[in-house]
Amino acid sequence: MNMKRIASGIAAAGLASGLTLASWMAQAEETIKVGILHSLSGTMAISETTLKDTMLMLIDEQNKKGGLLGKKLEPVVVDPASNWPLFAEKTRELLTKDKVAAIFGCWTSVSRKSVLPVVEELNGLLFYPVQYEGEESSRNVFYTGAAPNQQAIPAVDYLMNDVGVKRWVLAGTDYVYPRTTNKILEAYLLAKGVAKEDILINYTPFGHSDWQNIVADIKRFGSAGKKTAVVSTINGDANVPFYRELANQGISAEAIPVVAFSVGEEELSGLDAKPLVGHLAAWNYFMSVEDPANAAFIKQWQAFTKNPKRVSNDPMEAHYIGFNMWVKAVEKAGTTDTDKVAEAIIGVKVPNLSGGTSEMLANHHITKPVLIGEIQEDGQFQTVWQTEGLVPGDAWSDFLEGSKDIVADWTAPIKCGNYNSKTKVCSGQNF
Amino acid sequence: MTERIPLLHRNALPLLALLLWCGAGLATAEPAIDTATPAPSVEAAANASPAPHPALALIGGSFNARAAAARQLASSGEPQAVAILEALLGGQLYGGGEPPQLVIKQGSAFSDALSGAALAELPTGARKIPVNNSLRGQLRDLLATLSLRHSDPQVRRDAALRLLGNAADGRYQPLLAELLTSEQHPEVRQALLLVQALGQLGSGSEQQQAVAVDTLADSLQPEIRNALEVLASADGASADGNPTLAAAARTAADAIDARIQRFQLLENIFFGLSLGSVLLLAAIGLAITFGVMGVINMAHGELIMIGAYTTYSIQLLLPNHISLALLLSIPAAFVVSGLVGIAIERGIIRHLYGRPLETLLATFGVSLILQQAVRSIYSPLNRAVSSPEWLSGSWQINPVFALTWNRLYILFFALAVFAALWLVLKHTRLGLQVRAVAQNRGMARAIGVRASRVDALTFGLGSGIAGVAGVALSQLTNVGPNLGQDYIIDSFLVVVFGGVGNLWGTLVGAFGLGIINKFLEPWAGAMLAKILVLIAIILFIQKRPRGLFPQKGRAAEG
Repeated sequence: MNMKRIASGIAAAGLASGLTLASWMAQAEETIKVGILHSLSGTMAISETTLKDTMLMLIDEQNKKGGLLGKKLEPVVVDPASNWPLFAEKTRELLTKDKVAAIFGCWTSVSRKSVLPVVEELNGLLFYPVQYEGEESSRNVFYTGAAPNQQAIPAVDYLMNDVGVKRWVLAGTDYVYPRTTNKILEAYLLAKGVAKEDILINYTPFGHSDWQNIVADIKRFGSAGKKTAVVSTINGDANVPFYRELANQGISAEAIPVVAFSVGEEELSGLDAKPLVGHLAAWNYFMSVEDPANAAFIKQWQAFTKNPKRVSNDPMEAHYIGFNMWVKAVEKAGTTDTDKVAEAIIGVKVPNLSGGTSEMLANHHITKPVLIGEIQEDGQFQTVWQTEGLVPGDAWSDFLEGSKDIVADWTAPIKCGNYNSKTKVCSGQNF
Repeated sequence: MTERIPLLHRNALPLLALLLWCGAGLATAEPAIDTATPAPSVEAAANASPAPHPALALIGGSFNARAAAARQLASSGEPQAVAILEALLGGQLYGGGEPPQLVIKQGSAFSDALSGAALAELPTGARKIPVNNSLRGQLRDLLATLSLRHSDPQVRRDAALRLLGNAADGRYQPLLAELLTSEQHPEVRQALLLVQALGQLGSGSEQQQAVAVDTLADSLQPEIRNALEVLASADGASADGNPTLAAAARTAADAIDARIQRFQLLENIFFGLSLGSVLLLAAIGLAITFGVMGVINMAHGELIMIGAYTTYSIQLLLPNHISLALLLSIPAAFVVSGLVGIAIERGIIRHLYGRPLETLLATFGVSLILQQAVRSIYSPLNRAVSSPEWLSGSWQINPVFALTWNRLYILFFALAVFAALWLVLKHTRLGLQVRAVAQNRGMARAIGVRASRVDALTFGLGSGIAGVAGVALSQLTNVGPNLGQDYIIDSFLVVVFGGVGNLWGTLVGAFGLGIINKFLEPWAGAMLAKILVLIAIILFIQKRPRGLFPQKGRAAEG
């Protein structure tokens, strides 16, 4: 890429050639740019700053190994400041001005939705590392976080089969991810024979801090003699007052367990974990997973951040997988050209950090294990259940009307993100 | 007996002998006294090396094996059983090492769980013994059965009530009958009678069932209500249905429901007052800076945030004295936020008096600067502020009505802050000057009040109170860079609704909004309730632009 780049780097090349012994030194002025699109200020900085650091570490590590295609990787960090339209602007800037080979970024679904038209228009590559609601598969986006069937559905299965839960509270923050996930879960529970009156759905605004009534409602709902559980898609900041209120109103994890999809090690490090002990979370990775690759990763991460207590979390692992997949695909394609990399990456397998090998599927989602963990007093998770093998990510849920017939397949001959397997029609849209 | 099999694998023959010997005692829930006699251990020991203590089986193995080991330990009659199981439940039990040892951690001290001897440090190889939810539930049940003869009546009562969850099948009936013959304490007796009645409701004779319905009719325990509901809805239709009994159960269940309804109403009022007290704390500082001085201070929320971070910092300095740290935080947060407020006033707002739009923009900028400063200094992650023991949990008045301690304390704290502020404004020289400058700046200066100094002090007072609010909020919500943003809009709402410049208006406004919000929430949902309240306030302000209690006099005309 970037062949027309002016030769301002010649001096640098001279310097580099003095420092390196390899034969490719003549090309050393050329770097492969990697865009990092994570909010470093604003509301989402709390979660996204970590991912920026993870990417810097991964790129640094790759450069120590000799870079990619004989070139060094150069991170380009931008700050979209938790401002959704700014995400689109910054993406445009990364793709047109910096001409990055790939972008690693976004956290909220709304930021991804705002970036989507831009990466499609400018034909970029986006690696999205966070669990999300599904119902999407773009030619230009690779979803390395969990789809609902890799997090929500297995968690519900665990509660239903292993804990014996009969009544369900679906509590979420009022935006697209919880609404879609809860719609899928409700359809799934009804299909499993749960009565409508045994499901309580509740939405709260972002950053909701007064949980008194809702927790009292949950307590009342759970006192009807049937085992009750809360499936929480409550986002970020609202969790602390929620769990505090649960504990203060005397609801223990044994009585009414809460399984959360947005509470990870990073969030737990910012709060007093005592009231949360025993509550559950479903992820594809826990820092506590005992695996040599994970131990090495944590060691590297703590050394990189110069903080021996720094925790790792699931979206970090998703970036680790996504970045390694991209590196492998670029090596396989021999170029960073978007179309060639997008084609080469399908079927690429890289080790994940929980002892398995994840594969990029034709629908741009990956295979992952699903782990259910109980929160411990030190803010870590104790795995209590995990899937037998890896679960392939499903872009379009099988439990929603209008979505169950749709498949995403970016290989020939379908080459479509929303192909209706009944009518044999691709809707033509890229997502 | 199947649950003991994993244990047999590990401990082999000596234990088998032991088990067979006291097998009969193990089957019952009460502690078997037999094992306390030394004879069997001596016999078993004669065959091989001394039998490992049954508690050692808690180390290692699956959760199910550990649950079996816990049951085994509970029924073994070991004197340390209760202490060990409690430590396991509380995550204070460590095990492992060579030879295997069980260690209880209390604070930073370690002691051998079996002998009770103090240990200097954790033995190498010993790790915390993990528990999961199902094991925790089983441990609580085991501890309850073990505590039925505890010396403290409160513990006995809690243990008895714990049995309610499993009472329906009648398996505790012999034990209960025995306990009731010796139990003297009236409350414990009552709890035991409830458990007995609940068991008889499910499995007793018709006569017993009828008596049980009578006994249970006054109880608010959810298990009892559910059992009565089941009995009531089984009328006549099923073979064993008894119409008179079902009718009696229906009456009892309905009476219980009516009582629950009344408590729900009380609970809702408390929730409203509690929300109101949070709003009052957040808004009361603003009532000074915006209400009295007329400064639109968009950085008010960040002053609250600074108070919360002050709490966090003091807790870092005094990690072992959480209560003391929290109490010290109140004056400290007042001073820190107050000084920041004075700096903002002297540095920026002073130059912008009479230009509300510029003030608004400038203070908005300040709020962003403060937020990012906190991100840079403390990290963008939320910080953990622990709550002292006396602020956790709730005051359980009855099974369906409890007041959470933190909310209750904050309610009183808010009222105390309000009273203190009111006294300062009404009965101190500073208060007099503040009111004088607010009412007529020119006249106040003419009679010798240093208006600019009073401005700075007033702003500092309002800011300091915002800091104090931050201390309280650190006990309820996140301490993070966005803390202030969550409260700034609500604070302005309260002040405008109550009437700008009127402290009492702020008080009534805060509690009014809190209660309205909490009564709307159950049927409208949290999201819609918020919107409805906003619409109501917009309409209200249309009708009465000066709020509930408009300021009278010259200042109001300005």
